[in-house]
Amino acid sequence: MDDFLDKLPQMDLMRSEKMTLVQLIIPVESAHRCVTYLGELGLLQFRDLNADKSPFQRTFATQVKRCGEMSRKLRFFKDQIDKAGLRCLPRHEVEPDIELGDLERQLADHEHEVLEMNSNSEKLRLTYNELLEFKIVLQKASGFLVSSNAHAIGDETELHESTYSNNGFIESCSLLEQEMRHEPLNQSGLRFISGIINKDKLLKFERMLFRATRGNMLFNQTPSDEEIMDPSTSEMVEKIVFVVFFSGEQARTKILKICEAFGANCYPVPEDITKQRQLTREVLSRLSDLEATLDAGTRHRNNALNAVGYSLIKWMTTVRREKAVYDTLNMLNFDVTKKCLVGEGWCPTFAKTQIHEVLQRATFDSNSQAGVIFHEMQAVESPPTYFRTNKLTNAFQEIIDAYGVARYQEANPAVYSVVTYPFLFAVMFGDWGHGLCLLLGALYLLARERKLSTQKLGSFMEMLFGGRYVILLMALFSIYCGLIYNEFFSVPFHIFGGSAYKCRDTTCSDAYTVGLVKYRDPYPFGVDPSWRGSRTELPYLNSLKMKMSILLGIAQMNLGLILSFFNARFFGSSLDIRYQFIPQMIFLNSLFGYLSLLIIIKWCTGSQADLYHVMIYMFLSPTEELGENELFWGQRPLQILLLLMAFIAVPWMLFPKPFALRKIHMERFQGRTYGVLGTSEVDLDVEPDSARGHQEEEFNFSEIFVHQLIHSIEFVLGSVSNTASYLRLWALSLAHSELSTVFYEKVLLLAWGYENILIRLIGVVVFAFATAFILLMMETLSAFLHALRLHWVEFMGKFFHGDGYKFKPFSFALISDDDE
Amino acid sequence: MYGFEALTFNIHGGYLEAIVRGHRAGLLTTADYNNLCQCENLDDIKMHLSATKYGSYLQNEPSPLHTTTIVEKCTLKLVDDYKHMLCQATEPMSTFLEYIRYGHMIDNVVLIVTGTLHERDVQELIEKCHPLGMFDSIATLAVAQNMRELYRLVLVDTPLAPYFSECLTSEDLDDMNIEIMRNTLYKAYLEDFYKFCQKLGGATAEIMSDLLAFEADRRAVNITINSIGTELTREDRKKLYSNFGLLYPYGHEELAICEDIDQVRGVMEKYPPYQAIFSKMSYGESQMLDKAFYEEEVRRLCLAFEQQFHYGVFFAYMRLREQEIRNLMWISECVAQNQKSRIHDSVVYMF
Repeated sequence: MDDFLDKLPQMDLMRSEKMTLVQLIIPVESAHRCVTYLGELGLLQFRDLNADKSPFQRTFATQVKRCGEMSRKLRFFKDQIDKAGLRCLPRHEVEPDIELGDLERQLADHEHEVLEMNSNSEKLRLTYNELLEFKIVLQKASGFLVSSNAHAIGDETELHESTYSNNGFIESCSLLEQEMRHEPLNQSGLRFISGIINKDKLLKFERMLFRATRGNMLFNQTPSDEEIMDPSTSEMVEKIVFVVFFSGEQARTKILKICEAFGANCYPVPEDITKQRQLTREVLSRLSDLEATLDAGTRHRNNALNAVGYSLIKWMTTVRREKAVYDTLNMLNFDVTKKCLVGEGWCPTFAKTQIHEVLQRATFDSNSQAGVIFHEMQAVESPPTYFRTNKLTNAFQEIIDAYGVARYQEANPAVYSVVTYPFLFAVMFGDWGHGLCLLLGALYLLARERKLSTQKLGSFMEMLFGGRYVILLMALFSIYCGLIYNEFFSVPFHIFGGSAYKCRDTTCSDAYTVGLVKYRDPYPFGVDPSWRGSRTELPYLNSLKMKMSILLGIAQMNLGLILSFFNARFFGSSLDIRYQFIPQMIFLNSLFGYLSLLIIIKWCTGSQADLYHVMIYMFLSPTEELGENELFWGQRPLQILLLLMAFIAVPWMLFPKPFALRKIHMERFQGRTYGVLGTSEVDLDVEPDSARGHQEEEFNFSEIFVHQLIHSIEFVLGSVSNTASYLRLWALSLAHSELSTVFYEKVLLLAWGYENILIRLIGVVVFAFATAFILLMMETLSAFLHALRLHWVEFMGKFFHGDGYKFKPFSFALISDDDE
Repeated sequence: MYGFEALTFNIHGGYLEAIVRGHRAGLLTTADYNNLCQCENLDDIKMHLSATKYGSYLQNEPSPLHTTTIVEKCTLKLVDDYKHMLCQATEPMSTFLEYIRYGHMIDNVVLIVTGTLHERDVQELIEKCHPLGMFDSIATLAVAQNMRELYRLVLVDTPLAPYFSECLTSEDLDDMNIEIMRNTLYKAYLEDFYKFCQKLGGATAEIMSDLLAFEADRRAVNITINSIGTELTREDRKKLYSNFGLLYPYGHEELAICEDIDQVRGVMEKYPPYQAIFSKMSYGESQMLDKAFYEEEVRRLCLAFEQQFHYGVFFAYMRLREQEIRNLMWISECVAQNQKSRIHDSVVYMF
């Protein structure tokens, strides 16, 4: 038996890759290059040897800081480029790799340049804004002043010439007229301040002015027609021009303070119209000058940014890589002479030669006299888990890893999940019409694989895309199960020949009441289409699906137990085989394995025996005659035997293991007084990882016993509840077929019954949406989750420890993905 | 409702409580402080902070850093947290959160008024204001000449208005006046907040009354110590004490007549919770008192997280963050000025 098992071909995914703890002793001068090359290879996971040191106490902290500073500058450039509305396109020609120091200098130059241009253009922009505001104030405020002047002094020429009049202006004019009628403006010491303010602050501003002057002021406002750019946020804001009339020096200082507090810019507007015109002209000419300068500045800046943009992406990856390299170098230790760096890490055993080559290349390239020393070390802790997956197996491995990362070298359930997972899904989702829809979706994802894998997807699409092969397999299995169930959107078809049943007479009037007669061989594949709509359809399908789910469940749980045997054998713990695997096998199969056997016999012989009765009375009165429920000769003694075996199996899996463990411990403890080294060393070799952790701790018998007790009870109760749990296969498949029947009959057929085209159309639409959203999306999801549960709890619970940790090699390919 | 918060609290408060507890888990730990204390320059501090919740706020700062930048960015983080929570809050939690701001508002008002009195530039003053205590017309405070104007012009629009009823005088503003105004406002604020929390009832009332009572008592002691040797009369001094807390009313009577720090100590040692604070100090010393009070406060704030279904956690989180920012400021100052030996003088460790 052992020979046979040993001769089985090695399965790649069955156990994680063999890992080796290696030590690297790298001369300082070639360290950087070595680590860079290793990063390109991406097959070595460094261990942090300086975990007790904070980031800035490490050797290469300055370099890391420099990289951080550079990436800050790069972010700044990216930000500026985005703001300027440019795109950073990489140039097609290949640029030479750039030294870090050079890059730093270049970046500093560029940043300096851009900052200078920014500050220049900001100054210009500020002046420009001021002038623009001044212009607007001049245009708008002069309106108020003109009218008041016109009225007070009696100059009648101006009102009509004012080109800036609008409704608000006319209104305030009339107000002014009323107000100003009695007192001439200049003589009463009435003065004014004009300015411009953000629209959202206007109301508060006005109220504040009113309060501060106790109402002794007149506030006029009119919206500026142009929007002005806020230099700090570079957003366009709406502003309002105001003119405040008041009297007295004290009020003036108050108003000025309030203006300042509200960020309102005040501009003096001369009362004299000729002066106003002159000023406006000056402002306009200066504005156009400034505009030209600003444009030139922007063009210049855009050119500079474009130049940066060409190589920005390349620089970003370079800096990111450099930072990763220095972060890795920080994990290394200096040796005593300070001439070498010492690093430790995990690598897959198969990669050792590759790493060796890479290191030699690095030594050669950096002209170092001393080569890198690379050798294996004795591992103390458990190695990381590393599976070499491909596009198809990766998604399944992810599903398993979501539960727990496999312990180092333990049997990997993902191997079996590749088939069992989509199959269990399909048992619940059996409908080949729906399966075809899923298949189309999966094929679409596969056809556009190359395109989709390069672009960023939303979280939902990302999930769909990641599981594209899972979906493909699920679809294929659904079609298969759908053919067995003979359902196409719940409609049966005669694909594999005619039905085995026919009506009793030619009119076929009692087909749905009395039934049909069988007149030839059974339908060759799957469910006979004649069952559809018959009186016994549900009892027949329920019985079929229920029995099938129990068979599938028992088979899968047995597979789990067998895997636990392989695990125990691999880790060399005969204790687990003898006192755990064997009694568990006996217990499960003597009860539920027997049930499966009965089901199969019943199917083969077509017996009428009641299996419930058989199973229940096997416990209640095992010695009683079975009568008409007897399926085969010698059933009663067999039942008694099985029952006895099941009863024996319970104490078998409970008691011996803790006592055996205690005995082993006592022996080891005695041995330890004589020679600690020998025994513990041997022990390490035998059990590479599992036992070490707790054996070295204090041996606590009661704890282990309680643990074993829990484990046994869990298994005994679990074998009942897990078997029952597999009935969800039946329940969901029933729900699915019933739902699709309802949608087909009550929506599509009902609507089709009307002659009205509109009702038919509505019926089709409702059916399509119900199929797409409820059956294809929600049902897929629920079947997916139930299959997930069956795998995680019922299957993997039998053997899977899942307390390993993942292999995370230092690799540039992995770094550049995140950090966006 | 007492005892039944668990039934309904999560309908409106569950999400925010989860958020605030998450934020609290992001506070710097003792290990972080130990690392920060070993920093050689401000860049090291930035590097260390980049691994914490402050990371994203500091990462785009160009390299020669200043203490003010660090503090500013850290405060920004606090303000962002606060604003997020305020946005999500419904009544009465939003009012509760608003209450937390009022203390900063009072401080800002005082800062601006004092600044204008000494003829400082308003913009400069505004930059120094705590962002949590900002309100729209804050810059206009500079216009006011006396309390009445202050109230009539600006503060009538703010939530602080009701607190002003006690200090409406037409006297011109001077330093003494402003200080009295601050304390009167604070007194009214604390009392109002206390009443509000009592009205909320349940665990919130229980926990907040403890925290606010501590705050009130601390203020009472500080007022007493600061007013020793000034022209403030005993009656005036007594008026500034908040009318609740452990010291109210008998402790206040005694505090009001204290003439030196040892008398204060004598009064306080009658109260067991404060005995421990004062017993740590030698006689005649008041330097370490602030730190001792801060430590006690932090201890109490942390305890607020031990209970669930109440609003005290929000108050506690805001206060703890502020304390953390004070710590960071002190550490950065010490590092920047090469005074690393003094770092431990003023840092209050949490947890």
